[in-house]
Amino acid sequence: MFNSTPNGLHSGETPLLQAIGLTKRYGDFLANDKIDIDIWPKEIHALLGENGAGKSTLVKAVYGLIQPSAGEIRWQGEPIVLSGPSEARARGIGMVFQHFSLFDNLTVAENVALGLDGKESFKDMSARLEQVSKTYGLPLDPRREVWQLSVGERQRIEIVRALMQDPKFLILDEPTAVLTPQEADQLFIVLERLKAEGRAILYISHKLEEVKRLCDTATILRGGRKVATCNPRAETAASLARMMVGGEIREVRAAAGRQTTVPRLVVNDLSLAPDDAHGVRLEHISIELKGGEILGIAGVAGNGQDELFAALSGERLAKDPGTVVIEGIAAGHMSITQRRKLGAAFVPEERLGHGTAPRMRLSENALLTGHAASGMVRHGFIDTAATLKTVDKATETFDVRKAKRDPEAASLSGGNLQKFIVGREILRNPAVLVVSQPTWGVDAGAAAVIRQALLDLATGGAAVLVTSQDLDELAEIADRIAVMFHGRLSQPLATSEATREKLGLLMGGSSLDQKEAAHAARA
Amino acid sequence: MELVEAIILAVLAASTPLLIAATGELVTERSGVLNLGVEGMMIMGAACGFAGAWLTGSIVIGALCGIVAGTLMSLIFALMTLGLAVNQVATGLALTILGVGLSGLIGAGFVGERITPAAHLDLPVLTRIPLIGRVLFGEDAFVYFSLALIVAVWWFLYRTRAGLVLRACGDNHVSAHALGYPVLRIRTFAVMFGGACAGLAGAYLPLAYTPFFIPGMTAGRGWIALALVVFSSWRPGRLVVGAYLFGAVTILQLHAQGWGVGVPSQFMSALPYLATVIVLVLLSRARTGGSTAPAALGTVFVPDR
Repeated sequence: MFNSTPNGLHSGETPLLQAIGLTKRYGDFLANDKIDIDIWPKEIHALLGENGAGKSTLVKAVYGLIQPSAGEIRWQGEPIVLSGPSEARARGIGMVFQHFSLFDNLTVAENVALGLDGKESFKDMSARLEQVSKTYGLPLDPRREVWQLSVGERQRIEIVRALMQDPKFLILDEPTAVLTPQEADQLFIVLERLKAEGRAILYISHKLEEVKRLCDTATILRGGRKVATCNPRAETAASLARMMVGGEIREVRAAAGRQTTVPRLVVNDLSLAPDDAHGVRLEHISIELKGGEILGIAGVAGNGQDELFAALSGERLAKDPGTVVIEGIAAGHMSITQRRKLGAAFVPEERLGHGTAPRMRLSENALLTGHAASGMVRHGFIDTAATLKTVDKATETFDVRKAKRDPEAASLSGGNLQKFIVGREILRNPAVLVVSQPTWGVDAGAAAVIRQALLDLATGGAAVLVTSQDLDELAEIADRIAVMFHGRLSQPLATSEATREKLGLLMGGSSLDQKEAAHAARA
Repeated sequence: MELVEAIILAVLAASTPLLIAATGELVTERSGVLNLGVEGMMIMGAACGFAGAWLTGSIVIGALCGIVAGTLMSLIFALMTLGLAVNQVATGLALTILGVGLSGLIGAGFVGERITPAAHLDLPVLTRIPLIGRVLFGEDAFVYFSLALIVAVWWFLYRTRAGLVLRACGDNHVSAHALGYPVLRIRTFAVMFGGACAGLAGAYLPLAYTPFFIPGMTAGRGWIALALVVFSSWRPGRLVVGAYLFGAVTILQLHAQGWGVGVPSQFMSALPYLATVIVLVLLSRARTGGSTAPAALGTVFVPDR
């Protein structure tokens, strides 16, 4: 199974790009430990691994953003040292970043120009931009400013920018993380075409099914080392996951026959204007969530999920108290603390800065959400012992790994901090839990723990609302799934009926009962 | 008639140092750096500019001394905020305090001295045209230079690739770095340009506005220049309008006091600032999205290597 690269195919040729013993050290930490990788022309090569496995570091070294501490990079057989990304681009290495490297207040054309060497005039460049975007079916208006564009359009800019340099080798860092399934399919068509043109692609993704479908070779990293190079089509998603994690992933199991009880969280026709220029207006959102039930909210980021979270948590108040009802009490006008006292708990998407104060200790962070209703404050004074007990309990129950008993929040890894935050709220034994992106950027092991905790909480009778962009996650834990698009929430579908196709259509703004929907499905 | 001409001339003279200093700060801020030390760099430019001119008898050398002084001050700022990633606001304020003190020391020996101020343009016929002749064709070189400078800056920012890269650094330094642009180097140049302009603007005061040096003679003009950049919403065209508006209000309130208008002088002095607040409110209401300020303004950037 290991190192089963189809080497026979390439005998007598040299790879397009080769990393040999590539090592990158940050202080004592080995981000990359003697990694070897061969990239061939006409190949889509997957790079797999959990967060912190060293994928980004490897890619940054290949793109010239960081200098390796040891090892060498060969381009078409020749050893090279890349002084920076412009040199990588000049050699024919292009990159599409996961967090787009775009400039919001500049136009599309200006953004593209910044990614090129600037040898042609702006006018010629603009003309070529329109031509390239037409050739590859990636429509773009060069004169618009980036902040006006959707996530999918922004990614198109990145791809067109990379393609305009006519790269021999293109690196894509989790390109489908922000796309609807349909948008992802369109991207795959473009990638197949690039491959057919003889280019090589290094494709970083967490989505194993996608990798199996698209990629010819996969290199798997774990803890900064290469574990294997294999043919993903000959593997199963489970065997790939095992190599990534280095063991079995605990399977999440729902208790059979979960009972739903009374409605615990009700949203009645909630409409809310955005409070900043880039925000989304919430339009007529209605939700009824019973105890014992998990409702999933899917949708491409930026369609009003953040605004809905703010309205539910009390970060933004509704004019009409009756629009948000928690445990039978109209709470639309109530502050976060008052809502917590009613039995609600909230886990925002952003871990550092929203879910926790990064430079405060865990015990202090426990107090920040627990002061209202968890007996951590006595006669106006903080009960330090109680806050520390919460930290210990969360640590124990949810397997939070940390260097000392009560470290600063920022010192924990993403997965461990998320386990702490979710644990902190669940230990309060809430009646209603609203959680946004519970496992975003969390490794598979921690994700399984968190999902299991959410399921157990619902089994215990709580109502759980989960917002996620990960459809697999929602399918795994939610009873019903609704989709947010442009500030509106679709009717929820039972999870058994919510196929990827149906959800994808809803995520793209089509409604299921319309003729266009059928048309879009055929197209 | 003569009074109108005199007022216009006075407005131009009062506006020029504001325009030059604000132009420099506009470029600095467009690269994403907030340098609140304009006042300090200006007063150093004033002291060193006067010293240079008095010692050599040359206005040009005086102006160059002002530019060098402002640039050196800005280099201190660049070293702190870009090299050592210190907070920009605190460093800028410290720079002003340093400049005010140091300029007093340097200029102490020159207080009470006089020089011949910068010559005004004098063309045979054109300058004699009534009303507009002296306004258009009888200014000193600083006035013409300031206008050429702002046009050049506009052209640089919007018509050259280097200007695009500079704006990109101010909008998102992480992206600019990821694309391989040397963010810190670009910002250092932008800060130095800001310092050079502030130094020149400061030197204008003892070299052309009043032909002598007194400590603290910038009298808050550096702060007005900072406000002007915000007023202009970081656009060169609006900066010119704003600078002359500020200059006009400053001069008019002096005349208004002379004419005995029954408004407290403090209120008149506050007018330019009131105008800034009103314009900012109107601008933020008019624009529906995107940001008017450079998005990365004032934030520290440490590249990972």
